[in-house]
Amino acid sequence: MSASSAFSDDKAGSASEPEYGHDPASGGIFSSDYKRHDDLKEMLDSNKDSLKLEAMKRIVAMIARGKNTSDLFPAVVKNVACKNIEDPNQLIRASALRVLSSIRVTIIVPIMMLAIKEAASDMSPYVRKTAAHAIPKLHSLDPEQKDQLIEVIEKLLADKTTLVAGSVVMAFEEVCPDRIDLIHKNYRKLCNLLIDVEEWGQVVIINMLTRYARTQFLNPNINESLLEDSSEKAFYASDDEEDEDKKAEAAALVKRKPYVMDPDHRLLLRNTKPLLQSRNAAVVMAVAQLYFHLAPKAEVGIIAKALVRLMRSHSEVQYVVLQNVATMTIKRRGMFEPYLKSFYIRSTDPTQIKILKLEVLTNLANETNISTILREFQTYIKSMDKDFVAASIQAIGRCATNIGEVRDTCLNGLVQLLSNRDELVVAESVVVIKKLLQMQPEQHSDIIKHMAKLIDNIQVPMARASILWLIGEYCEHVPKIAPDVLRKMAKTFTNEEDIVKLQIINLAAKLYLTNSKQTKLLTQYVLNLAKYDQNYDIRDRARFIRQLIVPTDKSGALSKYAKKLFLALKPAPVLESPFKDRDHFQLGSLSHLLNAKAGGYQELPEWPESAPDPSVRNVEIPDWSKCTSRKDRKEKKLDKPFYSDSEGDSGPTESADSESDSGSGSESASASDESGSGSESEESGEETESEKEEEDEEKEKKRKKRLDKTKAKKPAEESAERCTIAPSGSIKMYELLHRITGEGLAVEYCFSRQPFSPDPNMVAVQIQFTNNTNSETKNLHIEEPRLQSGMRIREFAEIEVLAAGESVTVVMGIDFCDSTQAANFQLCTHTRKFFVSIQPPVGELMTPVFLTENDFKKEQGKLMGMNEISEKLTLGEKCVNEHVIVERVTATANLSRVPCGSDKECRFAGKTVSSGCLVLVTVTTKEGGRAQLTVNCEKMVIGTMLVKDIMQALSQ
Amino acid sequence: MIHSLFLVNASGDIFLEKHWKSVVSRSVCDYFFEAVERATEPENVPPVIPTPHHCLINVLRQRVYFVAVIQSEVPPLFVIEFLHRVVDTFQDYFGVCTEAAVKDNVVVVYELLEEMLDNGFPLATESNILKELIKPPTILRTVVNTITGSTNVGEQLPTGQLSVVPWRRTGVKYTNNEAYFDVVEEIDAIIDKSGSTITAEIQGVIDACVKLTGMPDLTLSFMNPRLLDDVSFHPCVRFKRWEAERILSFVPPDGNFRLLSYHVSSQNLVAIPVYVKHNISFREGSSQGRFELTLGPKQTMGKAVESVLVSSQLPRGVLNANLSPSQGTYTFDPVTKLLSWDVGKINPQKLPSLKGSMSLQTGASKPDENPTINLQFKIQQLAVSGLKVNRLDMYGEKYKPFKGIKYMTKAGKFQVRT
Repeated sequence: MSASSAFSDDKAGSASEPEYGHDPASGGIFSSDYKRHDDLKEMLDSNKDSLKLEAMKRIVAMIARGKNTSDLFPAVVKNVACKNIEDPNQLIRASALRVLSSIRVTIIVPIMMLAIKEAASDMSPYVRKTAAHAIPKLHSLDPEQKDQLIEVIEKLLADKTTLVAGSVVMAFEEVCPDRIDLIHKNYRKLCNLLIDVEEWGQVVIINMLTRYARTQFLNPNINESLLEDSSEKAFYASDDEEDEDKKAEAAALVKRKPYVMDPDHRLLLRNTKPLLQSRNAAVVMAVAQLYFHLAPKAEVGIIAKALVRLMRSHSEVQYVVLQNVATMTIKRRGMFEPYLKSFYIRSTDPTQIKILKLEVLTNLANETNISTILREFQTYIKSMDKDFVAASIQAIGRCATNIGEVRDTCLNGLVQLLSNRDELVVAESVVVIKKLLQMQPEQHSDIIKHMAKLIDNIQVPMARASILWLIGEYCEHVPKIAPDVLRKMAKTFTNEEDIVKLQIINLAAKLYLTNSKQTKLLTQYVLNLAKYDQNYDIRDRARFIRQLIVPTDKSGALSKYAKKLFLALKPAPVLESPFKDRDHFQLGSLSHLLNAKAGGYQELPEWPESAPDPSVRNVEIPDWSKCTSRKDRKEKKLDKPFYSDSEGDSGPTESADSESDSGSGSESASASDESGSGSESEESGEETESEKEEEDEEKEKKRKKRLDKTKAKKPAEESAERCTIAPSGSIKMYELLHRITGEGLAVEYCFSRQPFSPDPNMVAVQIQFTNNTNSETKNLHIEEPRLQSGMRIREFAEIEVLAAGESVTVVMGIDFCDSTQAANFQLCTHTRKFFVSIQPPVGELMTPVFLTENDFKKEQGKLMGMNEISEKLTLGEKCVNEHVIVERVTATANLSRVPCGSDKECRFAGKTVSSGCLVLVTVTTKEGGRAQLTVNCEKMVIGTMLVKDIMQALSQ
Repeated sequence: MIHSLFLVNASGDIFLEKHWKSVVSRSVCDYFFEAVERATEPENVPPVIPTPHHCLINVLRQRVYFVAVIQSEVPPLFVIEFLHRVVDTFQDYFGVCTEAAVKDNVVVVYELLEEMLDNGFPLATESNILKELIKPPTILRTVVNTITGSTNVGEQLPTGQLSVVPWRRTGVKYTNNEAYFDVVEEIDAIIDKSGSTITAEIQGVIDACVKLTGMPDLTLSFMNPRLLDDVSFHPCVRFKRWEAERILSFVPPDGNFRLLSYHVSSQNLVAIPVYVKHNISFREGSSQGRFELTLGPKQTMGKAVESVLVSSQLPRGVLNANLSPSQGTYTFDPVTKLLSWDVGKINPQKLPSLKGSMSLQTGASKPDENPTINLQFKIQQLAVSGLKVNRLDMYGEKYKPFKGIKYMTKAGKFQVRT
């Protein structure tokens, strides 16, 4: 049948039936097959749907006949999947891509690539997520597409939705885990999105960010690790070495700059912490390893509680968690010590869990808890699980070597075990006792004698070998017994296991050297037996020893030193945890568990010596308006000062200023640096002068000063405009409307902490409008407030005209009803309306009250019990004195200081603006930077939130 | 990530396999079988088994091993947690997750596995999204499917995948709106020989069954939230709200879910509701041993202790036990040496006891080991930590739901050493 007839005939499927029935083995069919496939391809590629349908029908028919149509595959795929890829429904688009990308045939690589690229810029985040999932599939199908795929990954990394984040990082990890540079710009976004990403994505992101942080930030424990090293060295090094070391370290310590944590590093730690509460064990473990590898020593402790919680989970989870805890306890024993009892062993635990718990308990043992641990171990020895008993005995041995105080107690206990009925127990004890005796053999010759007697009964080869070694090594302590033991052993030599035979030869050699009179013949007998042994190791050993110890005329120079060779003082064994040094693998990883590098494992880099440029993480225009939850927004605002510290970034606070400045035409080099003050008209002469001086100074210094000045100057200029306002100290500005979203209108607000005169129950909010456009903005006013019940708002008077480049400040009052709920309203200009909301930090909901010390105590006495919240905290590095504490507390909350007799205490008082409830705050400082914070307030919610805020302020 | 999955039953047969990337030969499981053989007990099979080219990560649930094949670095807990999630999903769908249940529903099982992982990376693990995609089997649907040849794949598109609250589907409707919460606390304890407590902890969970129309927003507050020392939440709980106000605020998933699990701070003394008086002794040279056990209530806050079950692994040397219980029934398995005594309810007026003798192998010496006694019990209407729910409020919907809260205390890992 000709191709053209097929084209024309609508029922070609049935018409061509006989054709397919031909003998497939004949050559003609094959050649025509090829031709026909070309036709079909043409039909599939054509624009007419009817032709495509026809081609498809024929292909299905061919498949039904068992013909090979695989070369038509891409053409078919293109028609089937690509149709759906353009479907208006996002779910169908996503599924089509999923199906397409799951076809593992290299021929469709180009189609797949196209589809992925298209989906990566799809409107629907779900489709973009599917695109991210398809990337590793294509990569494994054709690694040559890597470069193009990296471009797609880069694009998807910039995505701002939580749905995509986890999947794209997974693709990143699989395709290009070494391209750390792609993360910079997305780092902060990933940190902020993390809490809302689905749980599996969280694990992948956290693991990746751990690696990232190791390359970008400084070791937060750098100073401590130096100190640690020095103390460790001092323990081992001899005296003069030690002195030198100390000098060198002292010099190094002096050279070190005080460590300051990068705010981005802090951001990561802060945003991962809540995930310790996840129900997913993998997420908890991921956060735990992040803290272990990245957090300052003082903060790592918080992970212990969460890890201990995981021990309640399935036994497989327990197994993995315990492995990681075992590694952690070696470096940071302190953090698990409070949870010692959680590692106590139950008879129902599986043996592998028991042994891991034992490992942890052994690592946790120290002088103070050893007696409890040993008592616990004693009950373990009576267990029915013999493997576990053996491990317990070893654990006792390790405790004894590590903690000198209990060595004798342990040894006595182990000796008692020698009379146990179970041979395994005895054998294990012998092995452990041997190791312990090696540390101080002189005092324990009676134990050695006791063990010599055991040789008659114990059959376990390892134990027999240990006893023989002990007797040989310390034969001088048991001069009478040793030759007799050798006699017995010579008798049974041929029936012994290999390790025992080797030790018999050893014993013989040592006795020959010390007491040849009694043992010469015995030794020769043993050596003769060994000479004809089946095992070549034993034959070799016998030959070697004979040459060394038995003097002949031919014997070499070495035999003179035989005594030194055999009876040299041997160093005592160190009983180490098998988990020592495991932490060079990233915790929680498969490689760590196996203690071997798994395929695709990414090494955890060492901390850099000096931090790489942090400005790489700055983002051009931070899109604050996108964040969804209230809390998020608040947090980001707190971050503002960090971000705005560097150039190029447009922290919302300054962006408005720098814009207006460039308009004023001051010289370009310093424009961005001094933008904060450049354009303001009320500037005094003094300031201008100081600016000129600054121009000669280093850029960085300038920038700092500028920041300070902006802070200080703004209130000043405001007070010039509105005499009612006289803000105290530094006041934090919050953004109400970003100039981008406001189309040139930038609005900021702050809590001026002044009484709002029209209504004393309202909080005064000072709002500053800046017009960054080139035209006037008119009729600025508020509309449609949407408030929680009870909340009230007093609008500011409408601003009729705001000229281009001008700023104006007004005050409005809001009664927040003593809650931190946001007040939502519309900000209207003559052309536009913007939805905005003001959310007060809890500290702004109060106003100072002046109390005497006695009044304070009296009032505090009334607010006890439920109304008192008390927390312990560690003061931040900078909270060195009372002054700083007062400054921090008053910056956090609008409170006034209450005079106080003690210099260890700072007291503050205030009342809530709306209902006038008293708020009393006490900070008691203790030694070593610890402190106690107490808040008494009738409103418990306010109290709790205030405690949190002040804690944060003081611990920074 | 996860390459393949094999399901292996207790007798070592692979009865289901699923591959997400290329096909891995069944022979990879030989390494697993070796490990099973090496381990004396099924529970002692190492969860992670390295082989030359792959790594096998397995979990054991209801006598079925779920063996995942891994080819490159992946956090082991990630895989373990996922496998448990698979089992939980199967249980949710079929009621149980036994070999028989999997075989009966093999089509649904494959459909589920296909949706849960995409190229080895978890895709949809939320039960409500899955249920939208694949309908759980019911008798009626199975009958219809066999006749019409249709499958359980849902007709509608799974919009839940796009939702910001992926754990709840939209358009839920009930005629009776109800929300039930069970506060269940378990006491984990080790009691030593003399009856003093070595360690005792309370672990609690709040399980919920919520059948509410629409998109309700619930808040649950406690009288004494400070008791909760360490908590982990269902993803629906707003963490910040808890941090700030100690209030659980959430849009609940539809149906049954675990809202919260918590640990009660260890500073608080734990009330131990039951005491055990025991005298288990073997005399030297005699082939008899004495066995006496008496249970009694202690610190039960006036509530009855029910469903008491005592079990103990006796030493290997014990041949048989000849005991008489004052109430309930006991069994002794001479092969496994497991003694179990189903006591029932403890009556404070007449304390339950189990007394008698044990016969030892003749000639065998007195066993060194002391058996431990494992206890199970239940106390209704009591949360032993004293935790109390203050109130439950609903926002966002107009109707009045029916609300209920139930408390219960159980023994967790409760052991008495002798």
